[in-house]
Amino acid sequence: MLTATLLSACGSSGKPTLNWYVNPDGVEVLTQYAAECSTDEYDIEVQLLPSGATDQRTQLARRLAAEDSSTDLMSLDPVFVPEFANAGWLLEFEGEAGDAVTEGILDGPLDTVMWEDKVYAAPQWANTQVLWYRKSLAEAAGLDMSQPVTFDQVIDAAADNGGTVGVQANRYEAYVVWINAMILGAGGDIVSDTESGKDAQVDIDSDAGKAAAAVIQKLADSSAAQSDLTVSNEGTSLGQMFPAEGPGEFMLNWTFAYKNYEGLIETGDITQDQFDDLGFARYPQTVEGEPSAPPVGGIDIGVGAFTEYPEFALEAAQCVASDEAQVALARDAGLMPARGANYDSAELQEAYPPELLELWQTSLDEGGARPKSAYYALISQAVQSRWHSPTAVDPDSTPAESAKFLQDVLDGKALL
Amino acid sequence: MTTQTDTPVKDRRAAKPVESDRSRAEARLGQKLVAPAIVLMLVVTAFPMLRALYLSLFNYSLTAPDDREFIWFGNYAVALTDPLLWKTTGITVLYMVVTVAFELVIGFAFAMVMHRVIFARGVIRTSILVPYGIITVVSGFAWQFAFSYQNGFVNSWIPGLAADFNWFGETTPAVVAIMVSEIWKTTPFMSLLLLAGLAQVSEDMIEAAKVDGATWTQRLTRVILPNMRAAIMVAVLFRALDAYRIFDNIFVMTAGAQNTESISFLTYRQTIEQFQIGIGSALSVLLFLSVLVIAFLIVKIFRVDLADARQEK
Repeated sequence: MLTATLLSACGSSGKPTLNWYVNPDGVEVLTQYAAECSTDEYDIEVQLLPSGATDQRTQLARRLAAEDSSTDLMSLDPVFVPEFANAGWLLEFEGEAGDAVTEGILDGPLDTVMWEDKVYAAPQWANTQVLWYRKSLAEAAGLDMSQPVTFDQVIDAAADNGGTVGVQANRYEAYVVWINAMILGAGGDIVSDTESGKDAQVDIDSDAGKAAAAVIQKLADSSAAQSDLTVSNEGTSLGQMFPAEGPGEFMLNWTFAYKNYEGLIETGDITQDQFDDLGFARYPQTVEGEPSAPPVGGIDIGVGAFTEYPEFALEAAQCVASDEAQVALARDAGLMPARGANYDSAELQEAYPPELLELWQTSLDEGGARPKSAYYALISQAVQSRWHSPTAVDPDSTPAESAKFLQDVLDGKALL
Repeated sequence: MTTQTDTPVKDRRAAKPVESDRSRAEARLGQKLVAPAIVLMLVVTAFPMLRALYLSLFNYSLTAPDDREFIWFGNYAVALTDPLLWKTTGITVLYMVVTVAFELVIGFAFAMVMHRVIFARGVIRTSILVPYGIITVVSGFAWQFAFSYQNGFVNSWIPGLAADFNWFGETTPAVVAIMVSEIWKTTPFMSLLLLAGLAQVSEDMIEAAKVDGATWTQRLTRVILPNMRAAIMVAVLFRALDAYRIFDNIFVMTAGAQNTESISFLTYRQTIEQFQIGIGSALSVLLFLSVLVIAFLIVKIFRVDLADARQEK
């Protein structure tokens, strides 16, 4: 029994095996890179995490809280990095390793791997949201999409022309992504001074918070709201772009939407003409004239603090986040590079329209992260609790109520 | 007086068989042999409880270990004065009362069918019990699909309901959907327990009532149900405690949205999702205590002696 355990831990060749916990996006490419980044000294083996961000976080946290030595590498949603780093669950990328993984990284993703001025993860791929839309719908509404558009304009354009606006407004993390992006886009913050933990400054009750709430209220009251608004997610609005009847939609969604729709041509679900009608533009402005702050997501590679092979794991993390891996993930799985230079690679220029690549890159460079805090889960769920359901959001009361509640939650004076 | 009271005691002692040295030694050996198992069980059951009790005295988040702070019973004060706890307790009690009431009625009907059925007995009994064999998470998903306006059948089955009615968009329909899935899943368990009770009712008594001219309703209310009181209590007790811990259906169908969260779900979120170990532990202690209270109340309400129910008297 003991021998069997030892053997499986070391792999059949007697080399140590590094476990890499990955989220189920682009697993084929990740598995290939696990093999390519394996060396004579160690093997990397891919272990699959659940698909939901909350479940991924829970599973990793459970292992790390128990000081699991077999959690060597992990794919982390950017919002987990500060939490995990503060808990002492991540190894720091010191010196050269830190420089190597942060060099040339776009500002949005770079910000996600830093905690208290130290590097705690290697940005592997970066995700951002753009406004996907039907060109014919925008045209019918007389909306000039070459110029920045506001949420108000988009909602009106859809409502006046029988279209809809697809968002993520279920009670889950992606709803906070939307709220946060709108608040940042209006020049505000949900919280600031987050490195002071529970003593962070709660800012959500501001003009920016009210502007964000006004957009949600407007959409919820509009005929452009999709019937499942209160439980909508990234998947529900995908099918509304090319409906059997109606002019389609404007949709906030991540980079994967492009490859998703392109794939539908092959399966015969949409025609090439319909696909050509798919447009993309920068994330809408919350306040006219104020640049929007597109959400930043993606995956950072962290190294478990309790790994038996810290040096190997740090080396492996750099390898799986290398330029080659980033380009392969973007080309084959639609997961965009975190390093700016990779957008210029010939393979990506061929796989995507150059203007889309440029849009993504700009969005990531000028995008805004969610609050970086060891208490992020509390902050996010406190916001969800007061802002859901979107049909009940009111700019006059929701930001103020949520600010008070968030403060109470951080002070340990309220249940969440 | 003293002599009178002492005598029976002496008698009883005298009536006990005298143990030989050998049987006493065997008893001691038996105790030694089971001791490790008892110690292990105590450790397994008592340790988590004591640990939860200890952790509930801290303001402690797993992701900020340095901020851990001993606050005595502060977490209990926060929990007990928070409207959210009472709201989730209210909704949990609602789940419990409604589902158990429906299950008792439907379960009893099923039990009667299973008890009286003459042909295809095995098939009928098995088909009634099928839902209970399905894992709760799976049945939660099945019912979530059933109630979905996109691919479910429920909307088309209910006359006058819009085809795109979103069951999970508001509290009331979402709670109803969760209750339906719970009732569907656990009614067979209720009927199984009631079937056992039904089998214990003497056929002679029912026959006698029939001969005396009692109608079906009279036989049911005067003979069958009173004789099943202990079985009904056990069924209600088991299901009520089970329903009070409702979690899986909510987790799958709404993830706690639209105020459908139960007290177990609240505890789960504090501890597992938010890493708030202190307040989460306090909530689990409160949950444990409330389960004890419910068990006590049900036993009191039915006024049934458990020993009697087990036919130990």
